[in-house]
Parts: sequence; C-alpha cells; structure tokens
Amino acid sequence: MKEEVRLMKGNEAIAHAAIRYGCDGYFGYPITPQSEVLETLEELMPWETTGMVVLQAESEVAAINMVYGGASTGKAVMTSSSSPGVSLKQEGISYIAAASLPALILNVMRGGPGLGTIQPSQADYFQATKGGGHGDYHLIVLAPSTVQEMVDFVGLGFDLAFKYCNPAMILADGIVGQMMEKVVLPEQRPRRTDEEIRKQCPWAANGRKDGRKRNVITSLELESSRMEVINHKLQERYREIERNETRWEEIDVEGADYLIVAFGSIARICAKAKEMAAEKGIKVGIVRPITLWPFPTEAIHRAAQGKKGILCVELNAGQMIEDVRLAVHDAIPVEHFGRLGGIIPSPEEVVVALEEKIVK
Amino acid sequence: MDIKDIIRPENKVYCKPELLDEVHMHYCPGCSHGVIHKLLAEVIAEMGLTDRTVGVSPVGCAVFAYNYIDVDWVEAAHGRAPAVATAISRLWPEDVVFTYQGDGDMSAIGTAESIHAANRGENIVMVFVNNAIYGMTGGQMAPTTLVGQKTATTPYGRRVDLNGHPLEITNLLAILDGTCYVTRQSVHTPAAVRKTKAALKKAFENALAKKGTSVVEVVATCNSGWKMSPEKANDWMAEHMFEKYPLGDLKNN
Ligand SMILES: Cc1ncc(C[n+]2csc(CCOP(=O)(O)OP(=O)(O)O)c2C)c(N)n1
Ligand code: SF4
Ligand SMILES: [Mg+2]
Repeated sequence: MKEEVRLMKGNEAIAHAAIRYGCDGYFGYPITPQSEVLETLEELMPWETTGMVVLQAESEVAAINMVYGGASTGKAVMTSSSSPGVSLKQEGISYIAAASLPALILNVMRGGPGLGTIQPSQADYFQATKGGGHGDYHLIVLAPSTVQEMVDFVGLGFDLAFKYCNPAMILADGIVGQMMEKVVLPEQRPRRTDEEIRKQCPWAANGRKDGRKRNVITSLELESSRMEVINHKLQERYREIERNETRWEEIDVEGADYLIVAFGSIARICAKAKEMAAEKGIKVGIVRPITLWPFPTEAIHRAAQGKKGILCVELNAGQMIEDVRLAVHDAIPVEHFGRLGGIIPSPEEVVVALEEKIVK
Repeated sequence: MDIKDIIRPENKVYCKPELLDEVHMHYCPGCSHGVIHKLLAEVIAEMGLTDRTVGVSPVGCAVFAYNYIDVDWVEAAHGRAPAVATAISRLWPEDVVFTYQGDGDMSAIGTAESIHAANRGENIVMVFVNNAIYGMTGGQMAPTTLVGQKTATTPYGRRVDLNGHPLEITNLLAILDGTCYVTRQSVHTPAAVRKTKAALKKAFENALAKKGTSVVEVVATCNSGWKMSPEKANDWMAEHMFEKYPLGDLKNN
C-alpha cells in the first residue's frame, strides 16, 4: 500500500495506521466512543495481508493481558478502549511498565466518573500521567489534536515504546476519535520477521532458539534491595525520556500578554478563541502540550515569562492545571476553565472565561 | 564389586531432568508442585521442544516456576495466564505455549480468562494444580475447597450456605467445544506420577498438532496449607478429594 490521502474518523484512522505501521497484534473489547478501531480492523482483515493478529477479547482485563503476553515476545502489539475500560486495564498496564515492555494503548476518553457518559472528556489526565495503576511508573502519553496526529502517533508511540522499552499511551478525547478529517496514511511498512524480532529484542520470551539462555519476563522481585535497584533503573529511564522526548506546540507565544494551555482537540477550539480575543485587543498565545508525560514543564515556564496570566482549558474539573502551576511556580495567576459531563465549550465561552478569570 | 562399577550410564534408572535447574526450590517439602515441575521438564526435553516452548507462570505458589524449568517464561498477573498465553500462541504459532495455574488463579480470579481461552480453542496447554486452597497467601479458601474443609477463611469448615459449592472448573472446561483433551490426574503415587506424565505428553502433542486447548488438572496436596504431614496429606487427598474430583479423562478427542 502506497501513501494515501483519505477522509475518515480518528478511530478508523488508528486502525489503518496500525496496519500500515506493521503492528503485529491488536486486542480489544468494544466500548463507545472507540469501537470503530476494532470494527475497522475486523473489516480490513489484516491477517490476510500483513499477517497482523486481531482479536476481540472477553474483557479489557483479558485484552491488556494479551498485550502483556504479546509484548513479552517482542511483537508490536496494542489495545484500545475508553475510560471505564482503561480503568480495568490498569493492573496490566502496571505489569507492562514494570516488566519494561514496549506496547501501545489508546484511550479515547469519555466523561466519568463511573459509567458516566459516552460524550467526549479529558478527565483521565491524572490516570494517564500520574501512574493510573499501582507503583511508581510512567507511560509516555501522547495527546493528538487532529485525526492526522491520531495516525502519526501510532507510529511515534510504537517507536518510542520500543526505543525505551516502555509502554506508550495515546490519550485522545472522544472528539478526535469521532471527528472526520482529511488524513495522509503512510506507506505500508513490512512487519518485522521473527528473525528481526529476535535480533531487535534479545530479551523477549519467544522460545530459546540456538541454545540461548532462557528469557523470563517478570515484574516480581521479593528481595527489597534488588527491587529498589529495579525501581532506580526505571526512574533513570523516566529522566532520560523527560530529557529527550518532551513535545509541545506554541502559537504566537511571543508578544502575547496572556497564555492558554490546552491539549488535544480543545487546543483547536482555543486557537479560534485566541483569534476572537485578538479582535478585542487581548493578545493571547497558546501552548499545547503534545506529550502529557513527559510534561513540557520548562517550555511552559519559559513561555510564562512576562505574561500576566494563564488560562488552562480542559474538558475536566481541573487536572493539567496542577502541572501548569508547578511549571510557573505560582509567579502569575493560573486559572482553569472546563466543561464537564461531555459538553464541549464554544470559542466564545473560552473568550468569556479569559476575560472573567484572567484579563479582568 | 567397586561402587564405580555400579555408577554407569546403563545402570541409571532415575535422574534429575536436564531442564530442571540446580537450584533450591522454594516449595514446602512434600508439595505436589515440585513433582509436576519435574514431569513438565521431562516431557518438554523428551519431546525436543526446549527451543520452542514458552511457559506462563501464575500468581500463586508456582509464581517462581520460571526459576526451575529452563525454557522461556512470562510471569502473568493473578488469573490472567490464559490471556497472556493466547497472545503468545497466536503471535508465535510455531511455539508450544502452556499455562501453569493454581485453583485460585484458574477458578476464582481468572475464571473468565480460563473459560474464554478454552472456548476459543486456543492452541495451548493449561496445567491446573488443584490443591483446594490458596497456598501462597497462607491457606485461605479456594473455589475448589471441599465442604467442611478448614482453611484460614473457613476456620470452622466450608459451609455451603455461606461459601457456596466447590467449583469443578475442569468439568466446565470439558463441555466447551474449544477443548480437545481434558483430564484429571494426581501425583501421590509412582503410578499416578507416570499417568500424569503421559497426560502432559498427550497435551503437548495436541498443541503440536494444533488441536485446540488441552487441560491437565492435577489434584494436589498443600500439606502446609492443610496443616498436615506430607504423608498424611496424600492420604487425606485420596480419601476426600478424589470423591469430588475423580481421576481420569473427561474428554479425549
Ligand atoms: C490481583 C491479585 N489479587 C490477589 C493476590 C494475592 N494472591 C496471591 S496468590 C493467591 C492465591 C493463590 O492460590 P492458588 O491459585 O490456588 O495457587 P497455590 O498457591 O495454591 O498454588 C492470591 C489470592 C494477587 N497477587 N493479585
Ligand atoms: S504452601 Fe502449599 S502449595 Fe505452596 S509450596 Fe507449600 S505445600 Fe506447596
Ligand atoms: Mg491452590
């Protein structure tokens, strides 16, 4: 398959991108608003073309443990779900992180808590960036704001996961999952051969070929001093990821009096609000974190210099704002504006919030 | 006759399997897990499957199985071994994949994963060690605990009105179309050990022939959890457990 320009939903684009990346396996369980990922994969039947395995699991718990199993063998495997399902996956995600395995997890967030709503939300920010499951670990968290980024982050997510032997998550909101946009699908990459996998992942448990020593994938270590060393190694890796992989986008930060910090599709609503504010003579710049972990702390610290205030716009009750406040050390006012329950704010509402909470 | 004349290869009647490592096992003396490990090590080596076997160890006393049998291993979360094995088997169809699970792992927390892997007919071997108790966590009730059996959480004996009935998960697995071979064995006598070995071999042959899911239940002792001597535990098992969990093949397609 050659590079191709298509019009499609974010969720469908994820399925196409996974196949074209050369993903080896997808394991998932239906839940709105992301069921199109599994549906599209079943429709495209990649096992007939690239040889990719696709399986509807009996639950999100089973699906993430299938990902754990597949990742343990060095294959490029992924799962997708939405908020309640991602809660169920947390034990497995902790195991994958603890065992230092590459894997990709997509969360197309819906409103919670509980069964909540099927409408879009960004209320799983804490869960995705602060651990989510038990223990001291981090996922590499990518926040797409366009359908194109849904496609691009499949490749980026897998590449980073394999580079650092660490699970990556695409934290999308229901808007970017459901919205249709023009996308450029990349050229088909061949799946790695079993030989290539054995070479690339000498640690993988896929059969002791050529008399090599056995490989064991485990997260268990009962000896405290050794467990502490394992934890220190994980922390070293997290520091390295923070140094190398922090990503963000800035729009007209220089010359602005105020900042908006927003991620995902909400950042696009804020870009419109920024234009509307400019017409009123309010100069606003935007910082859009692309990696939510590692968080662009320094970038926001720098961008905040000389500004009069920051508005964090999120589809939640105020989660990322904690990281923004830490970034600016409370040197300037940082306020939150968000809608809950699946309601998407209009650009006008964002401008009003700016005026009332920040400009005053 | 000199001792050297006796220690010769042709006189050898018993030895440690080559795949079993020279390390101390953490199992209690008398525990069935050690015997079952030995049989697995023998079967894998004898069938020439060392370089294409992946074991999935449980959470339970056998969590460290990966320290003893010299093949590749993945240590699964409690109850999830069949899901882990599903993916490995599908992604590496030429590998032989087996799970090793206790009764808590297989028939409490992991019931869904066990039933659905078997129902899909995943090409895996499920080794199920039923000692009617949670050995690892200190002897609490398992779904397979017998009525009247005392455990840390049924100190006056399991009561049906409070705790329900012992769960015969293997019987459930036997009725699923995805399973090709379901058998219940034990390892308390030399004859029983030989039968269990034959059962494991058949299960691995089925995996090689891609026939679907094979389940080998081993009715086992947990002398520590049962608070009995190893010998007494064997007797108690034969006397009480075989009535509820009769030995033999439940299905052999
Ligand atoms: C999610 C989770 N819940 C509970 C435990 C605690 N736990 C460890 S082993 C075990 C029971 C093991 O019993 P069984 O599966 O029968 O194995 P055995 O030790 O008897 O061989 C439990 C409840 C755990 N490790 N993880
Ligand atoms: S506690 Fe029971 S199952 Fe665990 S090693 Fe001891 S005897 Fe075996
Ligand atoms: Mg048990």
